[in-house]
Amino acid sequence: MSPDLRNLYQEVIVDHSRHPHNFGRLAQASHHAEGYNALCGDKLTVYLKVTDGVIEMASFEGVGCAIATASASLMTDALKGRTVAQAESLLAEFRALVTGGATGAVPLGKLEVLAGVQEFPARVKCATLAWHTVHAALHEQAEAVATE
Amino acid sequence: MKSAGSELQAGQTSTSGTFDVGRLRRDFPILARWVHGKPLVYLDNAATNQKPQIVIDCEARYYAEYNANIHRGVHSLSQQATEAYESARDTVQRFVNAAWREEIVFVRGATEAINLVAASYGQRLRSGDEILITEMEHHSNIVPWQLLCERSGAVLRVAPINDAGELILGEFERLLGPRTRLVAVTHLSNALGTINPVKELTTLAHAQGAAVLVDGAQAVPHLRVDVQALDCDFYVFSGHKLYGPTGIGVLYGKAALLTDMPPYQGGGDMIKQVTFARSTYADLPYKFEAGTPHIAGGIALGSAITYLAGLGLDAVAAHEQALLAYATALANDTSGLRLIGTAGAKASILSFVLDGVHPHDAGTILDLEGVAVRSGHHCAMPVMERFGVPATVRASFALYNSREDVDALFLALAKVREVFP
Repeated sequence: MSPDLRNLYQEVIVDHSRHPHNFGRLAQASHHAEGYNALCGDKLTVYLKVTDGVIEMASFEGVGCAIATASASLMTDALKGRTVAQAESLLAEFRALVTGGATGAVPLGKLEVLAGVQEFPARVKCATLAWHTVHAALHEQAEAVATE
Repeated sequence: MKSAGSELQAGQTSTSGTFDVGRLRRDFPILARWVHGKPLVYLDNAATNQKPQIVIDCEARYYAEYNANIHRGVHSLSQQATEAYESARDTVQRFVNAAWREEIVFVRGATEAINLVAASYGQRLRSGDEILITEMEHHSNIVPWQLLCERSGAVLRVAPINDAGELILGEFERLLGPRTRLVAVTHLSNALGTINPVKELTTLAHAQGAAVLVDGAQAVPHLRVDVQALDCDFYVFSGHKLYGPTGIGVLYGKAALLTDMPPYQGGGDMIKQVTFARSTYADLPYKFEAGTPHIAGGIALGSAITYLAGLGLDAVAAHEQALLAYATALANDTSGLRLIGTAGAKASILSFVLDGVHPHDAGTILDLEGVAVRSGHHCAMPVMERFGVPATVRASFALYNSREDVDALFLALAKVREVFP
């Protein structure tokens, strides 16, 4: 197996894709959004429970490739306990990681296993699908809140 | 003109009967390239197939030697270009056995041809009329009809397919009725490989007074097409799936219908006389060819058809059928692989899913092995839904594919299993 491939599909990624964490609908979610990758038809829904600006719980459900599923699984782990602002900077840093320009400004921890994606530009959309969906979920709700 | 490669390099690739794949492969320069350190194994032919040098040279020669606009200049270059372009139309006419050259309209591709029919022929549809398609259509043979239904108030009916991916004829017949004005059906499904009995469907549709459009985008490189024998009213295809350039395609329409249809686009080349009070339109086929067309593409499409016809479509079809049978047997021996599309009448397409592996992951791993396949919904999302899968891996064959290519595919699939045991 080529080093690039080994790097892309590390055991952690294959494990998370087969047994994703935080998989399923979150009944008490305050925010949710649906993400769709038109390229491959992957679809997932992200649920967040935000209290006083802190993400207390995060989950997702849907169908996706190993990269999209593992990324969503690791992401939902990573978001718990972060403020909305911290989640946004984590998103920016994660996007930088998979496109090859991680700044190191925000520690990514376990998310770094997805660094191999940078060698596969066609798969960046898979890795960021769940993250864009979280962004949409947070912003939709922010707008709704602003109109009240 | 560069001649097709004639010397066989012994042992390079397999030979099936008199159909010498090893020699033919040398007509396609791109097949010599490597991807990720592996020789390219190109199995995404249903998306677009590769071009022989003779077609590439033909297109370049137009620009290098006689680039000029057609149908208007009296100068030599314009005449030469016009002659080459119109001669390509004759080649297309012979290729599909149209009765008249005027029945061959050059368009951008199959998609534009369908949109042309929907926009122009569609003007005669009224509220309550029905359009019948099948569940296995490509989005390009669904969406233009949906748009037409929105405009006209017509109703879209969809004939279902069975678990093998075959059209259920009884259902098709049941859905046909006096309200059916148009039937639009693929000749060869891009997602499943199913060959539809279009001649039989046309007879059934005509008995109800409905016109028939056949989407031949996938069929033309693999099946001999005779539009007069099929008796369909419209037949559409793209050049780039036929070893020709992108941006050029063909609408065949029966002359009587095309004559009665209003123009699709207005502009230069499609008129007889223009005054501000009113304009009169050019004769067929120019009424439907507004503006400067893809001249180089049309000429090169002619050369692609000449190349394919020179090999003999029956010989090409036999070679591809043997490859499909070989690949199907290997697929059936692969545990955890499920074929999507197992119709009795099939050609050129092996669509499948792997247990526990998303097609996109398989596609990436195959690519690293030099094997190019399509992974996705193949612009046929209703087909994916019918089979309960988000996407499939699709290997599709062309005349230059060999058994070695199929072997490379299955070796690469074994690597997929290494990553996803």
